[in-house]
Amino acid sequence: MRIVVLVKVVPDTNAERTLSLETGLAERATAALVADEIGERALEVALSYADAHEGTDVHVLAVGPEESTTSIRKCLAMGAASATHVVDAGLVGADLGLTAEVVAAALGRVGYDLVLAGNQSTDGMGGVLPVMVAEHLGLPSLTNLTAVTIGDAEVSGTRLSEDAAVGLSAPLPAVVSVTEALPDPRFPGFKGIMAAKKKPVEVLSLADLGLDADDLSTSRSIMLTIDARPPRGGGVKITDDDGDAAVRLSAFLAENHLI
Amino acid sequence: MTIAADSILVLLDTTPDGALAKSSAALLGAASTVGTPVALVLGDEAAAKAAAELGAATVLRAPAPDSQVGVVDALVAAAALARPDAVLASHSVDGREAAARFAVRARSGLVMDAIEVARDDQGVIARSSAYGGSYTVTSTVTHGAPVITVRQGAVEARAEARPLAEITLEVAASGVAAATTGSVEVAEKTGGRPDLRGAAKVVSGGWGLGSKEDFALVEQLADALGAAVGASRAAVDAGFVPSSAQVGQTGVQVAPQLYIALAISGAIQHLAGMQTAKTIVAINRDEDAPIFEIADFGIVGDVFTVVPQLIAEIEKAKA
Repeated sequence: MRIVVLVKVVPDTNAERTLSLETGLAERATAALVADEIGERALEVALSYADAHEGTDVHVLAVGPEESTTSIRKCLAMGAASATHVVDAGLVGADLGLTAEVVAAALGRVGYDLVLAGNQSTDGMGGVLPVMVAEHLGLPSLTNLTAVTIGDAEVSGTRLSEDAAVGLSAPLPAVVSVTEALPDPRFPGFKGIMAAKKKPVEVLSLADLGLDADDLSTSRSIMLTIDARPPRGGGVKITDDDGDAAVRLSAFLAENHLI
Repeated sequence: MTIAADSILVLLDTTPDGALAKSSAALLGAASTVGTPVALVLGDEAAAKAAAELGAATVLRAPAPDSQVGVVDALVAAAALARPDAVLASHSVDGREAAARFAVRARSGLVMDAIEVARDDQGVIARSSAYGGSYTVTSTVTHGAPVITVRQGAVEARAEARPLAEITLEVAASGVAAATTGSVEVAEKTGGRPDLRGAAKVVSGGWGLGSKEDFALVEQLADALGAAVGASRAAVDAGFVPSSAQVGQTGVQVAPQLYIALAISGAIQHLAGMQTAKTIVAINRDEDAPIFEIADFGIVGDVFTVVPQLIAEIEKAKA
C-alpha cells in the first residue's frame, strides 16, 4: 500500500510570525520554517501503520518554497521512504484553490492508495485543503478525525465537528485528515537522519505537472489590503501583597460594565 | 417565485437533531449587509421557517442528505437557481468543507474565516484576521461570486424576520464518492455555560491550576460572571479539561469582551487565540509572565487566594 502524507511547511508558531505589509506574504526572516505539527502527526499515523504492515510505502508530498527541503528531510529521517517537493516561483502567494490543484496533480503523478494530512495548518488555518483535493480526485474524504483505523481495503475513523462525533468509513483510495488528538510524532533517530540523506526527493515544477499559475479561468482569491493590528500595550499591573487585589479588580470590572 | 438579483446564497448548518445551527443568525445577518439573503436549508419545514425568522428572504429547501457530497450537490443546485453575488457558509468543520468542495466544483474563488463581509464597487469582499489577530486582511476573488466562510461568533449584524417564501430545490446527485456515515454521537453540552465560540466573556485556566480538581476554580469564576470556560494547551495536555476548551493557535480562537487568564503564562500559541479580546485580565504568580504584557489589568498573586475573593466581590456587586 502506498500512503502519501501531505506536509505543509509553515513558520514556527513558537516564534513571532510576521507578514509583509507590502506583499502580504509571510516574512521568512522572523520565524524559521518547520513542518506543520499536525502534518507530522499525520505522518506518525502512516509510519505506525507501516511499522506493523510490511510492504507499506510512506511517501511525503510538500508544496512550498526551496527552504522546505530541511523539513522534508526531517520527514524522511522520521521514516518516510521518499518524497515529492513541488516548488515553483509561480506558487508564491498561491491561494487554496491553486494549491489544491497542484496537490491533486502531484498525487496523480505519485500514485496513492491513501492520502493522509493534518486537518488544519497553523498558518493559514483554512482547514479545507484535504477536501478540495478529494473533490479534484473524486475521492471520498474522512476529515477532522480524532481516531483512525487503516485496513487493507478501507479506512474508518471518528470525525469531530462542532455538534457531534460521527463514525465514517470508506473504501480505499480515500483522503483522510487527522486532528491534534492523534499521538505525537516520533523523533528522528541518528540512523534515520543518516538514512534520510540517501532517500529520493523528486523536485517538480508547475510545468512538470502541466499546470499554469497564470491561468485565470478558475477564479482565485486575492488580497486587497493588509494592516497590522496596533501593538497592545500593557495596562495596570498590581501585586497582591496587601490582599486587596481582588477588590480592585472587581472595581475595574464594574467600571467597565463587565460585571 | 423570483429570487432577488442581489441574492447572497447562505448555506445553513443543521445540528444532529435537524434544527438550524446557532451560526445561522449571524450568517443571514452578514448576508443582509451586502445583499438579499437566500438560505439553503437541508432539513424540514420547521428549519425553513426558522431561517425565514432569521431573515432569509427566500428559502431553498431540500431533504437532509446523508453525506458531505450531498450537501455540495445541493449547493450546486441552489447556486444555479439563485445566481448569487456571493455564497456564504459557516467556518464550522461541516460548513467550510462543503463550501470548499463547492468552490472546487464551481471553479470559484474561496475566502476563508471572514470576520466581516462588505461590498466595494466591484462586488463582495471579506475581512479576515491572520496569525491570531495580528493582521487584518481584506480579500476578494478575481471574478465571479466569491465563496466565503464566516467565523462563528464574529458578526453582530442580524437580519429582520421575513415571512417564509420557500422553493423546493431539485438536487441532481453528482455521484462523487462519499464516505459512509455510521454512528453519530451528539457532542457533550457545556452545561448551562455559554459556548466558548462567540462567548462575550471567557475565563481560562492554565497548567498552574495544578489538577483537574483545582481547575474547578476556573469554572466557579466563569459561573459567577456568566462566562465560558477555556484553557491553555498545557492545561488540556495535563488532562484538566477536554480539548474542546483549548484556546489558542491550534484550538478555539476567541474575541470576547472580557478574557480572564488564570495561571496562564501566555505562550505565543495561546496569545494567538485570545489577543483580540477587548479587555484582558491576568492573574499569575510569576510577575514576568508574558501574559502581563498584553493584560489591561494584571495581578501578580496566587489564583487560589485572589479568585475566591474575586468571586465573593462579584456576588456582592450583583446582589
